[in-house]
Amino acid sequence: MDHAPTRAMSAPAGTPVGLSQGSHTRGGVGESTLRPDGTLKVTGEFAYASDLWHEDMLWGCTLRSPHAHAEIRSIDVSEALAQPGVHAVLTYDDLPCEVRHYGLEIQDTPALAQGRVRYHGEPVALVAADHPETARRAAAKIRVDYAELPVVTDEASATAEDAPLLHPGREDHHAGHVPHPNIVHRQPIIRGDVAAARERADVIVTGEYEVGMQDQAFLGPESGLAVPAEDGGVDLYIATQWLHSDLRQIAPVLGLPEEKVRMTLSGVGGAFGGREDLSMQIHACLLALRTGRPVKMVYNRFESFFGHVHRHPAKLHYEHGATRDGKITHMACRIVLDGGAYASSSPAVVGNASSLSAGPYVIDNVDIEAIALYTNNPPCGAMRGFGAVQACFAYEAQMDRLAAELDMDPVEFRQLNAMSQGAVMPTGQEVDAPAPVAELLRRVKAMPMPPEKQWEAAGEAVDVRELPGGLSNTTHGEGVVRGVGYAVGIKNVGFSEGFDDYSTARVRLEVVGGEPVAVVHTAMAEVGQGGITVHAQIARTELGVARVIIDPADTRVGSAGSTSASRQTYVTGGAVKHTCEAVREKVLELGRARFGTYHPAWATAELLLEGGKVVTDGGEVLADLAEVLQDEAVDIEREWRHRPTVAFDRHTGQGDGHVQYSFAAHRAVVEVDTELGMVKVIELACAQDVGKAVNPLSVAGQIQGGTTQGLGLALMEEIVVDPETAKVRNPSFTDYLIPTILDTPSIPVDVLELADEHAPYGLRGVGEAPTLSSTPAVVAAIRQATGLALNRVPVRPEHLTGT
Amino acid sequence: MRVTFTVNGREQSADDVWEGESLLYVLRERLGLPGSKNACEQGECGSCTVRLDGLPVCACLVAAGQVEGREVVTVEGLAEHARERAAGCATGACGTGLDEARKWAARPSDGAAGGDLAPIQQAFIDAGAVQCGFCTPGLLVAADELLERNPEPSDADIREALSGNLCRCTGYEKILDAVRLAAARTGEAV
Amino acid sequence: MDFLRPASWEEALAAKAEHPTAVPIAGGTDVMVEINFDHRRPEYLLDLNRIGELSEWEVGADGGTVRLGASVSYTRIMEQLRDRLPGLALAAHTVGSPQIRNRGSVGGNLGAASPAGDAHPALLSAGAEVEVESVRGTRLIPVEEFYTGVKRNALQPDELIRRVHIKTADGPQQFSKVGTRNAMVIAVCAFGLALHPRTRTVKTGIGSAAPTPVRAAVAEDFLNAALDEGGFWDSGKRITPSIAQKFAELCSAACNPIDDVRGSAKYRRHAVGIMARRTLGWAWESYRDGGTSKGEAQCA
Repeated sequence: MDHAPTRAMSAPAGTPVGLSQGSHTRGGVGESTLRPDGTLKVTGEFAYASDLWHEDMLWGCTLRSPHAHAEIRSIDVSEALAQPGVHAVLTYDDLPCEVRHYGLEIQDTPALAQGRVRYHGEPVALVAADHPETARRAAAKIRVDYAELPVVTDEASATAEDAPLLHPGREDHHAGHVPHPNIVHRQPIIRGDVAAARERADVIVTGEYEVGMQDQAFLGPESGLAVPAEDGGVDLYIATQWLHSDLRQIAPVLGLPEEKVRMTLSGVGGAFGGREDLSMQIHACLLALRTGRPVKMVYNRFESFFGHVHRHPAKLHYEHGATRDGKITHMACRIVLDGGAYASSSPAVVGNASSLSAGPYVIDNVDIEAIALYTNNPPCGAMRGFGAVQACFAYEAQMDRLAAELDMDPVEFRQLNAMSQGAVMPTGQEVDAPAPVAELLRRVKAMPMPPEKQWEAAGEAVDVRELPGGLSNTTHGEGVVRGVGYAVGIKNVGFSEGFDDYSTARVRLEVVGGEPVAVVHTAMAEVGQGGITVHAQIARTELGVARVIIDPADTRVGSAGSTSASRQTYVTGGAVKHTCEAVREKVLELGRARFGTYHPAWATAELLLEGGKVVTDGGEVLADLAEVLQDEAVDIEREWRHRPTVAFDRHTGQGDGHVQYSFAAHRAVVEVDTELGMVKVIELACAQDVGKAVNPLSVAGQIQGGTTQGLGLALMEEIVVDPETAKVRNPSFTDYLIPTILDTPSIPVDVLELADEHAPYGLRGVGEAPTLSSTPAVVAAIRQATGLALNRVPVRPEHLTGT
Repeated sequence: MRVTFTVNGREQSADDVWEGESLLYVLRERLGLPGSKNACEQGECGSCTVRLDGLPVCACLVAAGQVEGREVVTVEGLAEHARERAAGCATGACGTGLDEARKWAARPSDGAAGGDLAPIQQAFIDAGAVQCGFCTPGLLVAADELLERNPEPSDADIREALSGNLCRCTGYEKILDAVRLAAARTGEAV
Repeated sequence: MDFLRPASWEEALAAKAEHPTAVPIAGGTDVMVEINFDHRRPEYLLDLNRIGELSEWEVGADGGTVRLGASVSYTRIMEQLRDRLPGLALAAHTVGSPQIRNRGSVGGNLGAASPAGDAHPALLSAGAEVEVESVRGTRLIPVEEFYTGVKRNALQPDELIRRVHIKTADGPQQFSKVGTRNAMVIAVCAFGLALHPRTRTVKTGIGSAAPTPVRAAVAEDFLNAALDEGGFWDSGKRITPSIAQKFAELCSAACNPIDDVRGSAKYRRHAVGIMARRTLGWAWESYRDGGTSKGEAQCA
């Protein structure tokens, strides 16, 4: 690294800087203002966690288990440590204090494997060296003596009488309530009388469904830089979804008080749930503290597949009944989620899967059970849609089958049973905001259909790019059949089940160069969703200033909660709004003190901040902000909470467990080469209610991105785990396929804005709902084209050709 | 080993390069040009797309030693490259580009560097084609090369040209919009 | 690791003779993946990029053969050889992505000898010989004999691939590939087919459905006999569905596939049959139209 360009010695290169966003327009809530980080991102200057660099830094490397389940008899690091250029090799025995495990809810995950590995790819040892290749070569020289153990990989093997226990002696708060120690959590929901309703049903439809293990496949692999500090602490620059949750898990394992672990958010290359759990955070800090040198860790794509949790694969059994006139009588379901070797967020995923398992329909009689297993499969946790995705695939398939049984139009059947405001969830919770389910379906159905046979449109020659298989030239129209499918889903917004879900914002208003400037500081992880854009808009709207600076997210300000659960615009947006209101009050106080005697309106009128001025609600200008503030800065930090929720009853599942619901509907148009089993999605239209589109451009981007991830799950995305060995078979972008631009159709979006009066600006979290209904809509369309049942996603060519 | 090549119009050398290192590693870790991204390191995502003697390639699949004496353009040099092209010369020998070609860059102060961007860069910002941004540098290099070859691409042309660049955030719709926008603006400016 | 940078073909042969374990690298699209992911740590990398002649192609004196330099990129094959080598041009268009096609080459496909290499079925169906050379001399190896096992080929440790001699198309050619995505996808299986009106034969190539790329010899024999007996070459009449079906079945039967994460063996057999029937139909239609196949259904 001798010839690396000189950069600042004191701080790592590429640490985040404040993002400044001025605007000549108002640039407030409801406008499609542009990203404040856009210019940095298009010039290549935006510093992602993997771009960080520090004088004297070392490279960290993880040795991972080649087995899914094994006892570690011994580890010999002597040869690795002796390699030139190697500065440290660490194993479980080197952990500095008594706390050696971490976890989001249940602290069951060892920072490094302790005597036993429970899944393929579990971290066993760490190396720090002066070049990544040196570190890799040294890691290969660590001798680990494994004795392989039998694996449990599904419900039958995990709950068998003699099943090896993943975590013997569990003491977590779910342990006393589960039927088997290899079940992380179980949530039943009982409401009404299913047995009686079943008697009334004219048709009953049952089905078994399966959802494969999807990966978030964010493009920026896990990475970070840990810099040891003079006070014995550590500064960690990291790509994460939730700084303070990381901090709470990291500090105890390092044996440091939280104030000595200072975290700063680096550029995050996507997240989608995959950065809610820790990856290399503790490891980089351990190596930095051990070596006294900055340590950078960057996973490659292969390691990334082992470095984060995935979407729970699921098996779902559903029974629905309906009367001849098309009203659903009851629903019974059992959802088995595979949580893999460690708990991660499995309990919360169970809560979501169970409470949302009925979908956006009015069903008075339900008998629901969801469980998550401990197995030797890869750990699963948060991914966009969080338990609701799996359920939606199954209940939407059931809706189509019920409609077919009743000889009804599938959209009309859904509309007949669709919930609306005031409906009661299976949990007994009333939906107390608009729930325009029937309207979303109507809108998506009303969109114009894409033209038929577009491959012929170009003229005489067939354009294979418009056909299934594309440039692979597999069909010139032979065997191609069109299908159309619909689906709609329901997703909760925000953290549920009594979790104290809050966010913190600090807002400072001052005059710089004669112009009022608002500085917004939160710990919100900007992972690409555009939260920083929205914060600037909120500050403009609330404080009437043109110029807003967004400070880098770090742990010097209170927690913002996670960038997940579609919650950040709601909760941290709410915190920014709330704090801006406090700042405004303070400014007006100042104004009254300074100018109150000059104009009676200071005392009597409702005053606003607009265009850099204090104005009355009648529009009369009372003072310039610059005059009011002079050289004083108003600087306030506030926490903000949404309405509290309660835990679901352990036996009946009753309780007002969710904050808000969001709804999206899709219409998929596909063309299937029925002979080869190849699918081309022609169009995937979406209608979604977003309450208030705070930034319409970003809202469309969220809907289209979520829709495409749903398409991926429908057609190609699955981490394949060998059922015999529990080893991952496709940890690469060669064999874990995500949609390319040639696989992704046009995605027209129709946005509804029906305000939720409980939420800031009436907004509704948008990120996840479109990920739910996209998958079942695509599969419904394939079913229509092929007449096949297709009870599993992703749908493979084998499923379509019976091979 | 030592490797010397031209990056964004300037000759650069890197020393002590390990023989197995990729061009991507040399750019990112030795030359202070981390704009090209390391998302898969197996040619399956396009995040590291650079121009090598004019052609878009995955920098992760070019051995560092193979670029000796050759010319590389990365996202960091894209604006300059576009300026020179607009000035009628994409070879790097023509000096500063013409401002006339950049009339589209009229949107004020939504970013720090405003008018210094290539048309495709500005279009990505304006169309909402950037979310997490990790795919963005590679997409920009690929899209810019497409517009250089084909100033009025059809949607199918755009999709084909960008089929080597994965994006996980946007669902590609806004990326298509951005390329259409850049093509339209460049067309107007000529 | 050492990085060898020969400036000429002769230097490259000398280097390979001196260091037979040296791994040749041209486009890097296979070799660099293995290095990046720690699957391979060769003692020597032998860079072929500086040898200009490897990136050139020419037509043989009789016009019947294209002599394709080992490093000619897939992009250039698509752009420059669509008329002479339509099957290979179609195959080239399915390789990876534009970025990969700018670097990857037929020499690389042959050197790696992966059964999934996209060029193989096109080479097999067109008819090709691989020109390999060492300081000891030159050999021309029929492409059928070049593949010797899974990711194994007939190269001696001191030999390098210089060129591939591919018969210029004398009739329509087709190529199809099944993958679970529309771009950047490794073949689940692939099929190449070429009509050779001059010899009144049809040749095939199957990719990713056996330990090596193979021709469906029995299917070819059946079809050649059936076309001959039915007088199809002269009359130009449509091939009957029963002949096409039998041909497809025999092509399926020529497969010896495995189940893997990309596809089942059963699906591969099935898909090869479908592709055989369809490509034969397309190629024959083109022959009936009197064209020498510009590879209809290509796009801009």
